[in-house]
Amino acid sequence: MSTRWPAIHFTVNGERRTINVPPMKRLLDVLREDLHLTGAKEGCGEGECGSCSVRMNGELVNSCLVPVLQAEGASIQTVEGLALNGTLHPLQEAFLACGGAQCGICTPGMLMAASQLLERTPHPGLPEIREALAGNLCRCTGFMRIFESVVAAAAEKPHEPSEEAHHAR
Amino acid sequence: MRGNAEVHDLVAPGSLSAVLELLASEPGKWTPIAGGTELMVAFSAGRLNAPKLVSLWGIPDLSFIRSHSQNIIIGGATTFLELRKNAAIAAELPLLAKAASWIGSVANQTRATLAGNLVNGSPAADSSPALLAYDAEIEMTSVRGSRRIPYSEFHTGYKRNVLAPDELLSAIHIPRRFARHKQYLRKVGTRRAMAIAKVALGATARLEQGTIREIRLGAASLAPFPVRLKQTEAALLGQAVSRDTMLAALRALLAEVKPIDDIRSTAEYRRRVAANLLEEFLLDLAREESQT
Repeated sequence: MSTRWPAIHFTVNGERRTINVPPMKRLLDVLREDLHLTGAKEGCGEGECGSCSVRMNGELVNSCLVPVLQAEGASIQTVEGLALNGTLHPLQEAFLACGGAQCGICTPGMLMAASQLLERTPHPGLPEIREALAGNLCRCTGFMRIFESVVAAAAEKPHEPSEEAHHAR
Repeated sequence: MRGNAEVHDLVAPGSLSAVLELLASEPGKWTPIAGGTELMVAFSAGRLNAPKLVSLWGIPDLSFIRSHSQNIIIGGATTFLELRKNAAIAAELPLLAKAASWIGSVANQTRATLAGNLVNGSPAADSSPALLAYDAEIEMTSVRGSRRIPYSEFHTGYKRNVLAPDELLSAIHIPRRFARHKQYLRKVGTRRAMAIAKVALGATARLEQGTIREIRLGAASLAPFPVRLKQTEAALLGQAVSRDTMLAALRALLAEVKPIDDIRSTAEYRRRVAANLLEEFLLDLAREESQT
């Protein structure tokens, strides 16, 4: 069955992968079903809720809207790739400390959207955090604790301590 | 009913010429797909009627922003993220930069493309009012060559346009002569993020000694497709910005627009808001005039 489809190559969390699946298969389904990376979730399946957010070549995408052929040659990062050698990413630590996660369905997407924000804007203000997370919907814990988590992670980045983020807490 | 990936073919020839050859080889059989923010939604829901798709993602000839002496030319597969990051767009086409910021969320702007927004043909398309106000032209390309038409003539009906089956919307040309025009763009939706417009209005105007010498009004969600409000423009052209002119323009607008009741709003609400937006723009214009 696998030889019916052309091989597609990409990198997931730093590891080179080759898969043989229909080219229109959604990146989300490839990650979950073929690569068993079940961090990214399917919420709405139409690009509204962000629970399937992953990074593709550094940019945030809704993996439910990416046909896997368009990921050929790309570097994909999922929530499973955030922690480094067993050490949680500062955002993950902050979500734990601030109560930024409740049921957890939106959390992987929130983390990926926030990780992109902090890479581009290490010390974002609240308006920037709101815009960066506008496409990620949470239906239980509420957005304030999630915003606080992002502010806390920005403050605790080991390299550049931020006055502004401390004040914002 | 979920989409089944096995019943769709998707190919990525990788160059504009190869895509055009494919479209010409079986006209009407291949559906172009760029960032997938419309077509993949249909696919997920099991209602994508496109057995054969050809990818436009990552084709350099379709993804560029170039400033020429008269025009800024934007490749059709340029994403809204790229539009937002571009210094020339921010400086010279602020309405387009603003419209790009309205598109869904960051993850949608990463993938959604300008030509995709236009070809999809939603009456509520976020980029349309700005492009109409800027008098944009559409470049369509096939193996037979290229042609250009005013964007205001691109849509021909609800989700219909003038593209031939073998043609791609390859680029959008925007004249660089609006720097001194009064510019306006406002969208009214349910919330600030992720909302589709109930009504949106874009406008550019040039005054000369108190008289409106040029005006363009582009509207979303006031007709089956994005439209220039030409009768309303006619009521304003050559007139002084006075109370009487404003009332005549509002009357023309209410006669010209054809909004509908749908899941997002009502025709009546849309008519009122459209009139309010036009009034807001004309008051801005009058204020500017009184200051010069």
